[in-house]
Amino acid sequence: MPDNSTVNKKSSVVKDETIIKIENLTKRFGKVAAVDDINLEIKRGEFFALLGPSGCGKTTLLRMIAGFEVPTEGKIFLDGVDVSNIPPNKRPVNTVFQSYAVFPHLSVFDNVAYGLQFDNVSKSEQRERVMAALEDVKLEHLAERKPDQMSGGQRQRVALARALVKRPKVLLLDEPLSALDAKLREAMRFELTELQDRVGVTFIMVTHDQDEALAMACRCAVMDRGRLMQLATPSTLYEFPANKFVADFIGSVNMFEGKLILDEPDKAIVEVEELGGKVFFDHGVLGAEGGQIFVGIRPEKIELIKRTKDMKKPQMEDSPEDCNVFAGVIDNISYLGSESIYEITLENGRRMQVSRPNLSRWDQEDFTFNDEVWLGFHGDSPVLLQN
Amino acid sequence: MSKKPQRAPLEYSKSFRLRAWIFGVLLFLYAPLLILIAFSFNDSKRNIVWKGFTFKWYVKVFENDALREALFNSLIIAVLCTIFSVILGALAAFVLWRFKFPMKGLLESGLNLPIVVPEICMGVGVLMFFNKIHWPNDLPWPISLSQIIIAHITFSFPFVAVVVRARLESFNKELEAAALDLGASQWRAFTDVIVPHMTPGLIAGALLAFTLSLDDFVITFFASGPGTITFPIKVYSMVRFSVTPEVNAASTIIIVLTLIATAVAMKFQDTSPNKENA
Repeated sequence: MPDNSTVNKKSSVVKDETIIKIENLTKRFGKVAAVDDINLEIKRGEFFALLGPSGCGKTTLLRMIAGFEVPTEGKIFLDGVDVSNIPPNKRPVNTVFQSYAVFPHLSVFDNVAYGLQFDNVSKSEQRERVMAALEDVKLEHLAERKPDQMSGGQRQRVALARALVKRPKVLLLDEPLSALDAKLREAMRFELTELQDRVGVTFIMVTHDQDEALAMACRCAVMDRGRLMQLATPSTLYEFPANKFVADFIGSVNMFEGKLILDEPDKAIVEVEELGGKVFFDHGVLGAEGGQIFVGIRPEKIELIKRTKDMKKPQMEDSPEDCNVFAGVIDNISYLGSESIYEITLENGRRMQVSRPNLSRWDQEDFTFNDEVWLGFHGDSPVLLQN
Repeated sequence: MSKKPQRAPLEYSKSFRLRAWIFGVLLFLYAPLLILIAFSFNDSKRNIVWKGFTFKWYVKVFENDALREALFNSLIIAVLCTIFSVILGALAAFVLWRFKFPMKGLLESGLNLPIVVPEICMGVGVLMFFNKIHWPNDLPWPISLSQIIIAHITFSFPFVAVVVRARLESFNKELEAAALDLGASQWRAFTDVIVPHMTPGLIAGALLAFTLSLDDFVITFFASGPGTITFPIKVYSMVRFSVTPEVNAASTIIIVLTLIATAVAMKFQDTSPNKENA
């Protein structure tokens, strides 16, 4: 397992100090716990993502950090100070709202200056800081515009400048890219990470879009039904999901229920009835005994081998005979340009997805509909999962 | 067959029949007003035949002390009624929009009652109410108008409330959250963000209250004390003898005044933020 505690390379401004500490945080609406006993720490300068399906409690958690909801139980520490019961207008935290919430009756300049009037800042300093913030988001030439003369992307920049001009300790972003169209969304991903790097403020982003979280965040917290499912770097979430939910939610995965028949420190074998065979792991999966277990395998980690009649079942070089190789027929192909996704029906009728990059411009037809194939994967590819 | 290109299914504005129909409807709506205005300039004592152009009826209106006093009363009543109605109506709308409380539905429909109850019933009710509480009848002017003003407020402020409430429905609550987030107090968030959003509704409501009050006859008739007279009541009493061009002239003045007020209000609405941000 890679070390989860190292913060990844994306941000050069991360420090190894805690800026936000969340302790046993619970929020109940009536009997429903929207946020259920969450503990986590966010580091200074980090780009942090709260990721999960709608209704998982990520927005409620964000609203508690902002001060719009009061926790039912537990505490939030900001820079060592308990802020759980401090109202939003007294917290050194600012938010970029999902709708951007740019004040429609104020010019861009006045929007950005709005928050500074409560901060004991002289008029001339206000002006300077507003213009600097507008420069940060590349809007200095539009200071006198009214929001209704701007595009969605520009309004988002206003919202960013308006929040950053207050020099918050933490900037919260609620689904920052959801209202933008696809091209702009991708461009904004880079811009937001760049901006975060430049201003050095801790960003906490809420999103339901895993691509967004993986692309932008140093670390992500995956939530489901109010609970924290896993807190890790994007690559750890993808390659070493802590449970079935995370494996399923991040990327696509072929998942099968199985039975552990061999479990040693350096190898393991799981009998998978749905596959009609055995799956070999070239590493130990100790601690997985008891309860239901599942084998997950990502579509891009499966190889396709042409299968002809009377052909002997091939063997993966690092796996024992009769493990990790299964026979099937190509049922459907989705061509996505950079890659193709093959839907393969196994002999027992069960379906699997395999993806292959389209490396060459010319030989794309090497596998086609109704081809008989072997599916094979290496012993380090499958991941053992529990609920 | 005509060589004109075929009209697309939704290009209604190009249909001749539809245009003629719209013209007919507009004529039906505005012909009485146009005739009224035209004959206010007619040099004849009767509103039947056109004899020539004159301003003399306007001069007469301003020389008619009773009519002028009635008009003045009406304007004062309308202005005061508008101010109070807008304040009460806006507060009612805000409370109903913002808060949840027991019996809210009852209060909401109760608030709409003055809109649906027939004016004649309201009028009788107002009369009985003021009698019952022995509201003094011999107050000096302009306090003597208070009964009418109070009666007018009771039926105009629900209209303001309805209009402002509808406006508030389109308010993006994240705007208020954003103001709080940036350091504003609850009160500042209200005045800086919610009130500007309400403004078009307040103006429209004010206009409604003003015109409702200005031309109300039935309720005013019951609520007015013996000494007070308003413009509609005065006109009514003049018409009982004969419709003179003097009445036309006075009515034209009122029409022009309301048109100006409407134009001003629309101008205001144009510059206020009625375009929502996404």
